[in-house]
Amino acid sequence: MAAVSILETKGLTKIYGGVHANTDVDFTLQRNKITALIGPNGAGKSTFVGMVSGRTSPTRGHVYFEGQDISSLPAHKRMQLGMAYTFQITSIFPGLSVEDNIALAAGRKLAHDKPAHAAKTETVLNRIGLSARKDQYASDLSYGHQRILEIAMGLAQDPTLFILDEPTQGLAESEVDAFVTLMRGLAQETTILLIEHNMRVVAKTADHVAVLEQGRLLAAGTFAEVQANSAVQAAYLGVPAHV
Amino acid sequence: MMTSAKPNALHLGILVVLAALFFVLPAYHVGAFSRIMVLAIYAIGFNLLFGYTGLLSLGHAMFFAAGMYGFGLSTNLGGLPVVPAFAIGVIAAGLLAFAAGYLALRTVGVAFMIVTLMFAQTFYLVILYFGEYTRGDEGFIVQQAQRSLFGVDLTSETARYFTAFVLFAICFLVMARLVQSPFGKRLVAIRENEERARMLGYDVGRLKLMALVVSGLISGVAGAAYALLFGYVGASFAAVHYSIFPLLWVLLGGAGTTIGPLIGVIFMFYLIDVSSGFTNAYMLVAGLALVLLTLFAPQGLAGTLRKRALRWLP
Repeated sequence: MAAVSILETKGLTKIYGGVHANTDVDFTLQRNKITALIGPNGAGKSTFVGMVSGRTSPTRGHVYFEGQDISSLPAHKRMQLGMAYTFQITSIFPGLSVEDNIALAAGRKLAHDKPAHAAKTETVLNRIGLSARKDQYASDLSYGHQRILEIAMGLAQDPTLFILDEPTQGLAESEVDAFVTLMRGLAQETTILLIEHNMRVVAKTADHVAVLEQGRLLAAGTFAEVQANSAVQAAYLGVPAHV
Repeated sequence: MMTSAKPNALHLGILVVLAALFFVLPAYHVGAFSRIMVLAIYAIGFNLLFGYTGLLSLGHAMFFAAGMYGFGLSTNLGGLPVVPAFAIGVIAAGLLAFAAGYLALRTVGVAFMIVTLMFAQTFYLVILYFGEYTRGDEGFIVQQAQRSLFGVDLTSETARYFTAFVLFAICFLVMARLVQSPFGKRLVAIRENEERARMLGYDVGRLKLMALVVSGLISGVAGAAYALLFGYVGASFAAVHYSIFPLLWVLLGGAGTTIGPLIGVIFMFYLIDVSSGFTNAYMLVAGLALVLLTLFAPQGLAGTLRKRALRWLP
C-alpha cells in the first residue's frame, strides 16, 4: 500500500535578497485529499508551490515526492513524475485550438498511442464542457473559459498530484460553482493542492487546510479547526493572538 | 483532429506544378527555379526554428556555408565523389548546429540573436583566415568533372533542375510530416508558450536543441546543393546577409507554414529580378514591398491566407 503522504517538504526556505519568502516550511500532503493552502497576500504561497513544482529553486531545504528526494530535479522532470501545475496567471497556448491545447497536455504520455491520445483529449473536452468550442483558438475564449481550459490541461495529464495556484481568481460565481463540483469529482482520483483566496471554495472543497503567514506554516487541520485557531484569526483579521 | 487530406493534396500539387514548370518555362526561368528550389530548402530549414519553434537565429549562414564548404572542400581538396562529399557537408552543418545550439540556447530572445550572429561571424572570419584553402572572398569553382552523379553530368540544365527538385521535394515532404508529428507539435507549443510547455513536463531545452540541429542539417543540405549545382563556393555565402535572407523569405512567405518558405523565395526572387530590370534601386523596391507586407499581411502570404480563408493550411 502506498504511503499516506504523497509529498513532504523539510526545512524548505526561500530568501530573496534579504526577504524570507518561506522559512523552514515542514509540510506533509495527504494522498487523495484536497488540501488548501491559504494565507494573506504575500504570505509565500506561490513561492512555496513554486519550490514544490520546480519553478523556483529553494535557498535550502528538501522536497520529497512519493518518497523520492526531488529537490534537485528540474520542473519538467517533476511533471514527468506525475505532477501537474496550473498557473496563477492564465497560461495556455493562445495561438492553438482548444483541442490542440488539451492534446498537447495529454500528449506527453500518449502522443505515440494515437487512439488513446484522441480518446483522452475527447474525454477531457467533454468533462469540462468545452467540446463545442474545441476548434476555437484558445485566445478567442472568454477569460473564464481560458481558466477552465488551463485546469483541463492539468486533468489531461492524469496527475497524481495536481497543484492549482488560485484557480478561481477572476471567475464569475456560477463558474466558481462549476469549479467546486469539478474539484470534488477529482478528489477520488488524485491529490490536490489548492492555493485559494475564496474561503467559500475552501470550505466546500478542502479536506485539509494549511495556513502560511509571513513565509511560515502557521496552522494546519480541517477547515473548522483552522477557522477556530486564534493565531489564524490574528493573521487574517489583525486581532492579537491572545486576548 | 485535423484531417490531413487537404494538406497532402496541396503539397503533392505544388510538387507536380514545380516538375511541370520545367517543361513550360523558358530557359532563363528554369535556371531561376533551380536556384529558387535550393534556396527554398534553406528557408525550410530556417522556418523550422523560426516559424515553428519561435527561435530567431541570425546565424544560419554558418550552417548553409558549412554545407557548402563541407561539400566543396571535400571534392576540391579531398577529391571525394559527390555522395560522400555531400554527406560531409550536411554532417558538418549538423555538428556545427549542435555545438552552436548547445551554447547559444542558454540565452533567449535578443541575446540568442546576438550569440548566433557572433557564431556566424566567427565562422565567416575563419573561412577568410584559412584563405589558403578556402580562397576567402574570391571563393573557388567546383569543377564540372567533379559534379556528376552515377555518370550523370549535373551541370546540364535538366539534371540541375531535377536534382534541385528531388532535394526540395524530400525536404518539403519530410518537413510537412515533421511539423504534424508529436515532435513538431511540441515545438509549436514552445513557440506559443515556453513556460507552459515546460510545466506540461516537456524537456524544452532538449527539444529546442533538436529543432536547431534539424534546422542546421537542412540548411546544410541547401548549402551543399548550391555548391553542387551551381559550382561555386565563396565566403559571401557565410556573410551576415545570408543569415538575413532566410528570415525575409520566411517572413514574406509565412512563418510557421509548410508552403511559406517556397512562396517567400519565389516572391523575393522575382521581386528583385523584375525591379532590377528597370531600376538600380531594386533593394528600395524590395524594402518597400517588405514594409507593405509587414503592415498589411504581418503573417506573410501563406500565414494571411490561413488566417483569412484556409484554416486547414498546414
